[in-house]
Amino acid sequence: MEEKPILQVENLCLEREGRSILRNVNLTVTTGQVFGLLGRNGSGKSSLAYTLMGCAGYTPSGGRIVFDGQDITRLSITDRARRGLTLAWQDPARFEGMKVRDYLSLGAKDTSEARLHEVLEAVALTPSAYLERMVNDALSGGERKRIELAAVYAMSPRLAILDEPDSGIDVLSLDDMIRLIRRLADEGTTVLLITHRDEMLPVADVAALMCAGEIVRVGDPAAVRRHYAQRCRPCAVAEPVEEVDDGYERL
Amino acid sequence: MATSDFEAILKAYERSGGNPHFLKSPKVASLVISGNQVLGANQVPGVQILPEALEHGVRVRVIVEPGVQLGVPAHLCFGVIPAEGLQEIQAEFEIGEGAHAEFIAHCTFPNAINVRHVMQGLVHVGRNAHMKYSETHYHGDEGGVQVIPKARITVEQGGHYISEFALTTGRVGKLDWDYQVDVAAGGVAELVTKAYGRDDDVISVKETIRLNGEGARGLAKARIAVRDRATSEVMGITEGNAPLTRGHVDCIEIVRDEAVAHATPVVRVTDSRAYVTHEAAIGTVDKKGLETLMARGLDEDEAVDVIIRGMLQ
Repeated sequence: MEEKPILQVENLCLEREGRSILRNVNLTVTTGQVFGLLGRNGSGKSSLAYTLMGCAGYTPSGGRIVFDGQDITRLSITDRARRGLTLAWQDPARFEGMKVRDYLSLGAKDTSEARLHEVLEAVALTPSAYLERMVNDALSGGERKRIELAAVYAMSPRLAILDEPDSGIDVLSLDDMIRLIRRLADEGTTVLLITHRDEMLPVADVAALMCAGEIVRVGDPAAVRRHYAQRCRPCAVAEPVEEVDDGYERL
Repeated sequence: MATSDFEAILKAYERSGGNPHFLKSPKVASLVISGNQVLGANQVPGVQILPEALEHGVRVRVIVEPGVQLGVPAHLCFGVIPAEGLQEIQAEFEIGEGAHAEFIAHCTFPNAINVRHVMQGLVHVGRNAHMKYSETHYHGDEGGVQVIPKARITVEQGGHYISEFALTTGRVGKLDWDYQVDVAAGGVAELVTKAYGRDDDVISVKETIRLNGEGARGLAKARIAVRDRATSEVMGITEGNAPLTRGHVDCIEIVRDEAVAHATPVVRVTDSRAYVTHEAAIGTVDKKGLETLMARGLDEDEAVDVIIRGMLQ
């Protein structure tokens, strides 16, 4: 299979309220990959996700985002989504008066009953118990999270950014999440998996480590995970980690 | 009856969300009025519908006899098909003691350029009787409708009155809504009003619930969205005038573009054992919700519409 880049992030910088949030971020995600982006809370992972998606307040101060060979840095969220890029929010929005059925159908090419059942079952939810429920506060955080992932799966996007898909989901359900991510990739969706839990990394083909708005390592997920466990977990402050000459590729 | 008029109003009725089948069924109590013409009035056992044509509208008495349990809702259709016109409806509802009745009404003005619809309602809900009145309006796409519904409702001891009003499709034009309910001991009143204004629509909603008898309960709820240059003014008033009354005013408005929204919740308590609360919120569409829908491929206008329609469900 040809390793064609679907996402190239080049020297991306973001400033908010006078603070530097992303510092010359460079990333290349290849079509069909599960790319794991690991980092502690506050390291800039979600900010990168919002910037890639084009959210308000996350206009880069420098650098560019190339999606499938086209510069999308200045495109709207809608235009990015219509090109096949989407985001599953870490803390998904609630929608008063909108049924799960309708939410899953947004942006989905196939809205058949069978497909809606399939996407809910993929996140271990019983379709008959959820399709007619509202996407509102009556759902628990974990249920809402699963429905968000089901909605992304229903879209069959070309690139799905999953921002902390495991947060709010009990440990026993991590396997469900990992299966879903694998399934997305197997069905042609490239996945940018953002997480602070290194247990999620085995699902990734490639991983990067983010610290204080910078990508500090890219390479084999096992090696990135090991580095994270040894160097980042004990680190008390969210500052860039020192480069360690342990054979990993330094970007 | 002019068949073509009847068919025209049925089409308009359907467009406003109604099911014409109910207006044709002899088993369903129904009333069809176009302008000042009574095109149909079907009575069922225990329910009298007594219309009378006026110069510019219709006077109608609806009587549900005591103890009658209306299994299928009565269907009412009021409309003006021409682009211009005045329609005055004088409606009296008498729900007898212990009776249960539901009414589904559609008011439709699909071609309106300059139509004025005035409704004066007088409703009496007897002891332990239940009445639900769901009303959906469709005013077409031109905004040339002025709708002025005024109603005075009395709910006797143990009675229930629920009003649901929706004007969420097409333009509003000008809406001047004023409902007042007096609730006796153990009675319940719920007023729910939903409207979506665009362009230069003007929405004014005043809901008043007076809880006058011990243990009476009331809810005045409004869900309003305005965009473009539309304006809305919502006043929800609940009074606790007797011991152990419970009341709540709940108003949420979404405002976009250059639209302007006002909300005034008013609570008055004249008995120390009454408990009346209120909440009112006006804001724009939730940013994360908007961006989530845009990340599914909807453009901003579509996403706003989806969120507003959800709130108005």
